[in-house]
Amino acid sequence: MALDPGLAGRTFAPTAAYAVSREKVAEFAAAIGAAPLDDGEQASLTFPIVVAFQAMTGLMTDPDVGIELHHVIHVDQRFEQTRPIRAGDRLTGTLTIDSMRHGAGVDMISTRTEVATTDGGHVATAYATLAYREGPA
Amino acid sequence: MTFEPGQQLDPQSYVVTRGDLVRYAGASGDFNPIHWSDRVAASVGLPGVIAHGMYTLALAGRALTTWVGDPARVISVGARFTKPVVVPDDDVGTTVEVTGVVSSVDDGVAKIDLTVTSAGVKVLGMSKAAVRC
Repeated sequence: MALDPGLAGRTFAPTAAYAVSREKVAEFAAAIGAAPLDDGEQASLTFPIVVAFQAMTGLMTDPDVGIELHHVIHVDQRFEQTRPIRAGDRLTGTLTIDSMRHGAGVDMISTRTEVATTDGGHVATAYATLAYREGPA
Repeated sequence: MTFEPGQQLDPQSYVVTRGDLVRYAGASGDFNPIHWSDRVAASVGLPGVIAHGMYTLALAGRALTTWVGDPARVISVGARFTKPVVVPDDDVGTTVEVTGVVSSVDDGVAKIDLTVTSAGVKVLGMSKAAVRC
């Protein structure tokens, strides 16, 4: 069944505060083989995905949406960066569905997640398009 | 470094193994089983376990960071995930190559077009970045 097109324009509740640690910054850098930045205090360029992905998970598991991750294809991703993430930041992600399209059995969901510190400082905007196709588990 | 229109940036080459995808799953929180389970990957019609699109984009970001030195200079980076990067369950893995060319420099902002390939196939589309000069 296609998703409710009325979801377009909806903004979801912010994700729970995510405390960025030196350890998580190092783990992310190591996973992509990158050298530490600023003595390990500064996160990799695409680190905002950690919070944005939590926001996307919130979207997928929302009772009004309810789609399984392995039926979802990440179509595109873009970041606009205000400043790099640093160890010690406490971050939340607030996702808005910018638009929805349905065609050929696929729902295309365009999302925007504002990643900010818990005191409201903007860090990055993460734009993602997700394609959802229902199918056998 | 400074950027000039038409400038070719040093090509970067990265090896990706199944173990890297497992590490990235933990680091990013994206535990989608298509990035570690051949069984689930096959069940949704994939040729095998594929890298997270975000893994490949993270490698593009790693190349960009190498080129600009300070990632605080990056204004934006993004791409479409057009072709899957299949990562075999062996010790060799697969290689991802990232090249970049400066398409324009205006008002202190350099636009960079990235080309990201694996096994000779372009895997990211519309892969672009903007950085402060």
